[in-house]
Amino acid sequence: MKKRLTAPFLSADDLSALRDLRTGDSVLLSGVIYTARDAAHQRLLGLLAKGEALPFDLRGAAIYYCGPTPAPPGRPVGSIGPTTSYRMDSFAPALYERGLAASIGKGPRGAAVKEALCQSGGVYFAATGGAAALLASCVKEAKLIAFPDLGPEAVYELKVEDFPLLVATDAQGGDLY
Amino acid sequence: MMNNCRTLSVNAVSEAVAALCVEANLHLPKDVATALELARQRETGALASGILDQLAANAQIAAAQCLPLCQDTGLAVFFVELGRDLRLANGADGAGGADGDIYAAINEGVRRGYAEGFLRKSVCDPFSRANTGDNTPAVIHLRLVPGRSLRIVYMAKGGGSENMSRVTMLAPAEGWEGIKRFVLERVREAGGNPCPPIIVGLGIGGNFELAPLLAKEALLRCLDEPNPQPDLRDKEAELLELINDLGVGPMGLGGRTTCLGVLIKTAPCHIASLPLAVNIQCHSARHGEVLL
Ligand code: SF4
Repeated sequence: MKKRLTAPFLSADDLSALRDLRTGDSVLLSGVIYTARDAAHQRLLGLLAKGEALPFDLRGAAIYYCGPTPAPPGRPVGSIGPTTSYRMDSFAPALYERGLAASIGKGPRGAAVKEALCQSGGVYFAATGGAAALLASCVKEAKLIAFPDLGPEAVYELKVEDFPLLVATDAQGGDLY
Repeated sequence: MMNNCRTLSVNAVSEAVAALCVEANLHLPKDVATALELARQRETGALASGILDQLAANAQIAAAQCLPLCQDTGLAVFFVELGRDLRLANGADGAGGADGDIYAAINEGVRRGYAEGFLRKSVCDPFSRANTGDNTPAVIHLRLVPGRSLRIVYMAKGGGSENMSRVTMLAPAEGWEGIKRFVLERVREAGGNPCPPIIVGLGIGGNFELAPLLAKEALLRCLDEPNPQPDLRDKEAELLELINDLGVGPMGLGGRTTCLGVLIKTAPCHIASLPLAVNIQCHSARHGEVLL
């Protein structure tokens, strides 16, 4: 049974739905998510350190660790599969602390991220690595919102529909890996 | 014997390379697709089967909609065999003198292919991390061979699986047992990071820089093509079985399918050494070749 969820997670119902997720659950995610990988995370944390505003509202947000291929004519984005998540482990706890609800990537997370999930009630989803064309078909709109100089590592706001995910690490300390 | 020489324009090389890059990124090689299909039939777990189904669907969508199989369209790696009686000309039809640069011609092909094919540019400076913007420079391994033709083999090597690769210098006494131990530990530790099901390329022997080159070249052999060295076939089969017994499974989430094939290439080495390189390749094993 696949659960349907919508990002961002703002209402009390949304947040309790997140808390109820358990590792191994299949989820179809719709709504708005943001892309960010290594270089973008460095900049986001830099902005936070300086007390400046982020290019998107972190509260209830979902961040997708990915760097898509350029959009061919007539499509919102190119291929868009997840990148390896452990490289974002040093950045993730600070973001969860400030309201991030979900991150999406591939591969296991470190102890500090698991701890942050338990504290914040957030979740880590795994998408299938290398299923980038399939995942592209679930992206309906894409808008470049920050760091255009980073090329494939820029931050995009994506509108997704039935994006297929697995709950890899939940807010109870459960871990699929 | 200059009159035996053939001339080829650098532009023809660039065009062929550009087409090769685009083509390889859209189509999964047949041997890999077949291996994934066979693995799907053997897989029993719902999670693992679901992932393998997604990979099959992904390959179909990529080909039908001209989308890259993976968003990481890789660092461009080339194995080039240049016939020693082939001269490269800068102009068309041999005009402009036969002093064309094979490296420049291939890099120009990468530049065009990655732009025209809407492939991702994933090459940057190691310190500043500034992107070069056109996916160059490519990694080019050139070999001079007899003849008048040019064979170019291309591989789009993703970062996720490359990051999980390792080189080690074993003591000769560790032998095959030591090799197996190191490989199994590497695959287990890599877990879901290199996007299993993986293909494992092993370079055994040579020296510190040759072993990884052997491992990478080993990855270019088709999965359904037996090792040309009969004594290595049993070793490949044995290691494949052991890797799949680890239960890492598709995407590291458990299952029977961790590895689709083990491919070994060897070279003689120093009496004091047993160099071993483990080059991990993800299921998105994109490569192709062209003969000019
Ligand atoms: S490891 Fe391979 S399949 Fe996975 S994201 Fe990298 S290139 Fe794509």
